Amino acid sequence: MEYNNKHLVPYLSYAGLLFLLAALVTVLFLMSVLWGTAEIPIITFLDVLLGNESPTGIILLELRLPRAILALAVGASLGISGAALQGLLRNPLAEPGLIGVSGCAALGSVIVFYTGLSVTYSFALPLGGMIGACLSVGLLYCLAGRDPSILTIILAGVAINTVAGALTILALNLAPNPFAAFEVFFWLLGSLTDRSMNHLFMALPFIVIGTCFLLSTKRGLDALTLGEDVAFSLGINIKSLQTRIVLGIALAVGASVSVAGVIGFVGLIVPHLLRPFVGYSPGYLLIPCALGGAALTLAADIVVRFATQGPELQLGVLTSLIGAPFFLVLVIKMRREGQ
Amino acid sequence: MTFLTARNILISKNNNNIINNISLKIRPGELVGLIGPNGAGKTTLLKSLLGIVKPIEGGVYLNNLGINTLSRNYVSKHLGYLAQGAPCYWPVTVKQIVELGCLPHTYDTKKREGSISNIVAESMASTGISDLQFRKVTSLSGGERTLTMLARCLAGQAPLILADEPVTGLDPSHQIKIMQLLKNQVSSKIGVVAVLHDLNLAAKYCSRLVLMSEGKIHADGVPETVLSTQNISNVYGIKAKMQYLDGQPIILSGSI
Repeated sequence: MEYNNKHLVPYLSYAGLLFLLAALVTVLFLMSVLWGTAEIPIITFLDVLLGNESPTGIILLELRLPRAILALAVGASLGISGAALQGLLRNPLAEPGLIGVSGCAALGSVIVFYTGLSVTYSFALPLGGMIGACLSVGLLYCLAGRDPSILTIILAGVAINTVAGALTILALNLAPNPFAAFEVFFWLLGSLTDRSMNHLFMALPFIVIGTCFLLSTKRGLDALTLGEDVAFSLGINIKSLQTRIVLGIALAVGASVSVAGVIGFVGLIVPHLLRPFVGYSPGYLLIPCALGGAALTLAADIVVRFATQGPELQLGVLTSLIGAPFFLVLVIKMRREGQ
Repeated sequence: MTFLTARNILISKNNNNIINNISLKIRPGELVGLIGPNGAGKTTLLKSLLGIVKPIEGGVYLNNLGINTLSRNYVSKHLGYLAQGAPCYWPVTVKQIVELGCLPHTYDTKKREGSISNIVAESMASTGISDLQFRKVTSLSGGERTLTMLARCLAGQAPLILADEPVTGLDPSHQIKIMQLLKNQVSSKIGVVAVLHDLNLAAKYCSRLVLMSEGKIHADGVPETVLSTQNISNVYGIKAKMQYLDGQPIILSGSI
């Protein structure tokens, strides 16, 4: 039996796992681009990529491609953020929404909806989301203090989440007309329908920067397996590690929520499913989770297109429908192990 | 030679002085037993020596340089830490844990993967856990778990090792095994500090004992002088009966 860093589990090497996940993402990405109410042959796709214009080309470039790329980017953000947060908090039940970023990003976007800015400027919506996410991080630091412990971060996150949730409901309550409230309500459920290249260009840079922050935390997360004090004694700067993770999640998840709404449970399920394949190492979990999150979100986004006749099922509803029972199983399993 | 010095350090929590004006020098070549009653400040002193807890007054110096002014990587190469209770939060394998001990050295491009895996194999062999390397840490006994953490600590190749209660809660055979391993590490280049509760074990293996009481150092010296009936009575509040076997003090159960 050969174990080393390349073989964290005996039957699948780390490179092999990455290859399988990347292949899965590629297949799902192609399916996402080519499948829909109008079936598009792969030849047309290649044709469009070569720059030849056609009516189906417009569907591809204006509708399918931004949607597929967003599903990929949003899913990767949620997956890697979940992995990083679970590693930081050393708790498999943690989720990116836990530190209040998702809630505040949603609130920021809702305020933009409410004020009608989203009608005037298409960029206002993602911008509002990211401002909300950034504010939540600022608020988190004000609440948790200069030298935050994990517990104060969680408590501050819960408080911020609660306030953001209450203010979002308040905005819905005070909505000028039922249609506005309906629109906001549906957006909150999370969806990738009718997103344009503009949305993509607005969110992608922040997602990429955030993901880079998170990728830099591999060593630190691995060391945290042994607790904060031992990680510190192994040369890890704990404060810098926390800052990079919180900032990375704020950027990646904040940008994701602002264009796609709240898509729950991806950040919880993916790290949990993939953890055994990397020998439970929290650092090695990061990249597979980015790929796994992308794959799950792409798959879910394909399913919502065909799941219902008429109006599409919201993506966030589907992930929650899959995620909530999964969460319950996880809790029961943990309780059994605890006994 | 690596020296670790604490100069007049003061640490307080909620206006209670946990460490009250302590000065201490740790050098290679000795196995120092840090003893004292619960709440005397042993763990806090150990953490402040590692730079984990920052003193309000005074300072900790590694080779005469302030420990918080040095890079974390430099400090991690000089000070190894064995935490109390051998914490591990994910069900990783023994080998993965020992590999984490090499983290301070993985920045060096000179140290290739080959030499790292040699260090890991040597550390596991020297603590006798090579057979356990693919076992999950969650399936280990307390003794095996402590040996794993010790191997992880040795893999860091630090000249000074600070161990917090390495033998607490272990059976006599594992206690002796671990104390012997710590003693074997001591050389002209390596020194060990261990927080201990078993005074007989401390007397048997340590070349120097630091007896703490209420945030202060009550006595510091060779076991024979530190473990006097007077000191034990003053610090622990027990009347102990002392015997000497081959010049080594043995504390027989006393009364309160």
